[in-house]
Amino acid sequence: MTIETVLFSLFSSIALISGLMVIRAKNPIHSVLFLILVFCNVSGLLVLLGVEFFAMIFLVVYVGAIAVLFLFVVMMLNIQIAEMQENVLRYLPVGGMVGLIFLLEIFLVIENDLIPVFQLTDSTAHSALNFEMFVNKIQSIPNIEAIGQILYTHSFYFFILASLILLVAMIGAIVLTMHKTTLVKRQEVFKQNAIDFAKTIHKIRSAQE
Amino acid sequence: MIQEVKYLTVSMILFLLGIWGIFLNRKNIIIMLMSIELMLLAVNLNLLVFSVCLDDMMGQIFALLVLTVAAAESAIGLAILVVYYRIRGTIAVEFIHLMKG
Repeated sequence: MTIETVLFSLFSSIALISGLMVIRAKNPIHSVLFLILVFCNVSGLLVLLGVEFFAMIFLVVYVGAIAVLFLFVVMMLNIQIAEMQENVLRYLPVGGMVGLIFLLEIFLVIENDLIPVFQLTDSTAHSALNFEMFVNKIQSIPNIEAIGQILYTHSFYFFILASLILLVAMIGAIVLTMHKTTLVKRQEVFKQNAIDFAKTIHKIRSAQE
Repeated sequence: MIQEVKYLTVSMILFLLGIWGIFLNRKNIIIMLMSIELMLLAVNLNLLVFSVCLDDMMGQIFALLVLTVAAAESAIGLAILVVYYRIRGTIAVEFIHLMKG
């Protein structure tokens, strides 16, 4: 019972209970707050796993961007709380069956030697996933340094692709939510640039001289 | 390896919670979007666990890409939700039948 086991049990149990509360909470604001708790505990799990850069990225992106966006939208829209909890048991058989089928498929796909609960055959010796951690034996560089050495050299294409996806999402969200109203005077750049000097400035009192 | 199986179990149960959230919460589209986020989080955790235990860095690069797609998806989905609420005045799922599908 090391300290790592205790921390793993704490983080994983809080994450799973919060994940259950996300889909069972009556109030959507409570649901978003439990989602933030799930993200924080999963980032704690990632710290335990040794990928500290992704733990920080999960905190920044999921909690700082996505959960705050959800919270903003939930608080901005007017949602009736009471009428959404009716008729829960109607979809429970279908959902439960899909869940059980998925669980069975996962247990079939991952071999029996991966799951210690249903360990039928003693085949851990020739498992394909028994890899040696060569990184610990040669040198140990931090996680962020290893990611940077790969991300900017070998797989820069994915990096550019991710930036393009973010650009498309930003432009799409702005275009979707921009509200055209007639009350607000907007700047019309093309019309202002197309104005000619000779057509707009008129000499009115030319007949007096 | 036996230590990473615990992490795989956690991510698998989180993915199942996401699927159940979509199936059981047919009334609230915001909770359905949150369930999609939960499923993407579970997939990311799975990728990171296998990246650590197989000692391959491409899993982490792919997790970064999945994270980007998750952020873009939630932004676009919530923007569509805001526009829909502005037009229709409600976001109840049972009234979304404009396409007669």
